[in-house]
Amino acid sequence: MTNKLLKGALGVAAVSAVALAGGIAHAKDAITIAVPSFLTGGAAGPFGIPAMNGAKMVTDAINAGKLPAPYNTKGFGGATASVIPLDEGGGATKQVAEYRNLVEKRNVDAIVGYISSGNCQALAPVAEELKQFTIFATCGTPRIFEESARKYVFRTMGHATADNVAAAMYVKEKFPDMKGYTGINQNYAWGQDSWRDFDLTLQQIMPNTKASGKTQFPKIFAGQYGSEISAMSLDKADLIHTSFWGGDLEAFIFQGNARGLFKKKIGVFTVGGTAAYRLGKKLPNGLVLGARGPYGILVKDRDTVLNNWFVNTYKNLYGTYPSGPAYQYGQAILAAKIAYDKAGSDATNEQLADALRGITFESFSTTIEMKLGNGHQAATENGYGITEYDSENGENVVKDIKFYPASCVLPPEGQNSVDWIKGGMKGAKC
Amino acid sequence: MEAALTILLDGLQFSSYLFIVSAGLTIIFGVMKILNVAHGSFYAWGAYTAAFFIGKFSDMGLPDALGFLLIVAAAIVVGVILGFIIEQGILKHMYERDEVLIVLATFGLFLVLEDIILIAFGTDPYFAYQPMALLGPVELGGITRDVYGLTLIGVAAVVAVGCWWLLNKTKWGTLLKAVIFDREMGISMGINVPLVYTLTFIGGAILGGLGGAYIAPTISVAPGLGTEVIVLSFAVVVVGGMGSIVGAAIGSLIIGLLRAIAVHELPQVELFVVFAVMAVVLVFRPEGLFAPAKPRKI
Repeated sequence: MTNKLLKGALGVAAVSAVALAGGIAHAKDAITIAVPSFLTGGAAGPFGIPAMNGAKMVTDAINAGKLPAPYNTKGFGGATASVIPLDEGGGATKQVAEYRNLVEKRNVDAIVGYISSGNCQALAPVAEELKQFTIFATCGTPRIFEESARKYVFRTMGHATADNVAAAMYVKEKFPDMKGYTGINQNYAWGQDSWRDFDLTLQQIMPNTKASGKTQFPKIFAGQYGSEISAMSLDKADLIHTSFWGGDLEAFIFQGNARGLFKKKIGVFTVGGTAAYRLGKKLPNGLVLGARGPYGILVKDRDTVLNNWFVNTYKNLYGTYPSGPAYQYGQAILAAKIAYDKAGSDATNEQLADALRGITFESFSTTIEMKLGNGHQAATENGYGITEYDSENGENVVKDIKFYPASCVLPPEGQNSVDWIKGGMKGAKC
Repeated sequence: MEAALTILLDGLQFSSYLFIVSAGLTIIFGVMKILNVAHGSFYAWGAYTAAFFIGKFSDMGLPDALGFLLIVAAAIVVGVILGFIIEQGILKHMYERDEVLIVLATFGLFLVLEDIILIAFGTDPYFAYQPMALLGPVELGGITRDVYGLTLIGVAAVVAVGCWWLLNKTKWGTLLKAVIFDREMGISMGINVPLVYTLTFIGGAILGGLGGAYIAPTISVAPGLGTEVIVLSFAVVVVGGMGSIVGAAIGSLIIGLLRAIAVHELPQVELFVVFAVMAVVLVFRPEGLFAPAKPRKI
């Protein structure tokens, strides 16, 4: 008996020793995911809140095992996730401090979110330094994965190059007689990158058109665009490109509309999708509208099980159709689930990164290939359409929608976006 | 010629906006020596209140013209209520404290009022386009302008003339100038300085609220509205001279016109112009262009 006990004790001790030495841990029952998004400021209503709604809706569905197949297993690697909502406002310096706080003091398991390119640009090196598994959901500057290799940071949607190359291609297709173009973009990474990519692409594919020498770069959240609208009205350009978003986008539409700007010029709104459901009749007809990829109003009627679930569940919960940010945050949470399902709920940051790197998965509205930036940057199709108010149903619709495949609007792996566009977009498969 | 007219109108329009929002700030500073960071909140509350009621009245099918009445009413209601509560509830108890502490207190108030906006109005933006749509467009200088935007110039002119008349042609203005010049002497001469302070603060708050309420129809009224405007107001007040109405008017005109020229001729420097003007003025005339004279006490 004594021998048996001794042997049993030795056996338990041996197993424990092996477990400890090998770093074997028990699967977690619960994980925490920090979800930063604009909860205050001009970007909250059009961007931050729908984004947070999308993230919470998908997290709740995953926790309950209610997502459609193939994602109908309960939890994140079996663990129930709790979302920590966080305000993204206040600028990059504040966000870096908040991020460190999340990792070092609050010990969150994953960070999924961020809308502003400025914030993502500032946070990517911090995430790498802290070795924290992070998924950027919406921010668009291509610099994040083109300027440095990343190990722990991912982005599950296409970047600004895709938005603007697709916009230029759509313009070429629908307005072949366009002679000149100008733009109004916010004066920071997002606005500057967006204009640069649109301009460079048009120089390549419509060499006979001419960019205005007086493109506008007002301060982000300026809100007043009277002088800029005058300057663009006097400009001979017949097309205006803008990557405005949030309250700036809506203010510009109001002020431009009141001055007949969009009757005289073609308006190309790369992020206009967020305004489509909100502005109703106040959204002018005839705008070229994008949603930063296959999201929001562009895919509202896409008939797949996953998309129908997303649209209907969101509409039932929040009383409106999901706009782009809701989709983008929803799919970033979905990517976190996929990583946890593959690596286990007790996975380390390295294991989670390994699980997500380079995979292809079906999201709510499109197929996402994590094939750029060494498998950290998603490639998806991108599309545009033209706005029209449907007076019968009392809602905006988008006509003449055209999607361009990822291989057409994004550079091949390893190539810098600017060099790729300047080099004539070699290898583009449209 | 058309371009010059357009630049002039753009400049005047932006200057008018700057003047309306900075006039209240400079009046409060001139009389009370308080750099009121919460001024941005008066602007935001004015915008929200106007947008909320314009939207509600429109939904009820009432005439859009009522929107103009609502704009004025929103400014007065916001200014009187917030101005009275803040001055009587907080600032009144701090007048003997260091000026820096008072600035910090108004900054704290600004943050609190921003959060109350979130609680009261939520995060969804409000739209109050009806007054702008009602006045429609007009062709001027070869381009289409919205008449509503042009009326801003008239509103600013009314505010400027009103302030001038109040300060120079009324007994109340004489009392104000006496307090501005020397508070202690004013008290010794029997002026009810606490009452002057309360009314001045409410007046400044009404002007802040008017700026927000009048701009509301042209923007998406969203959280964070007051932050941007306070930075611009400070720039104007620093250029014109803290506490000077004439300074605020001239400062607004300089910044507004230069910004319009930059937007039309050299958009790359538009962002830089406002603060470049401020930096130059601070280098050569740190007290601002029209800072009120200070008595030398013996």
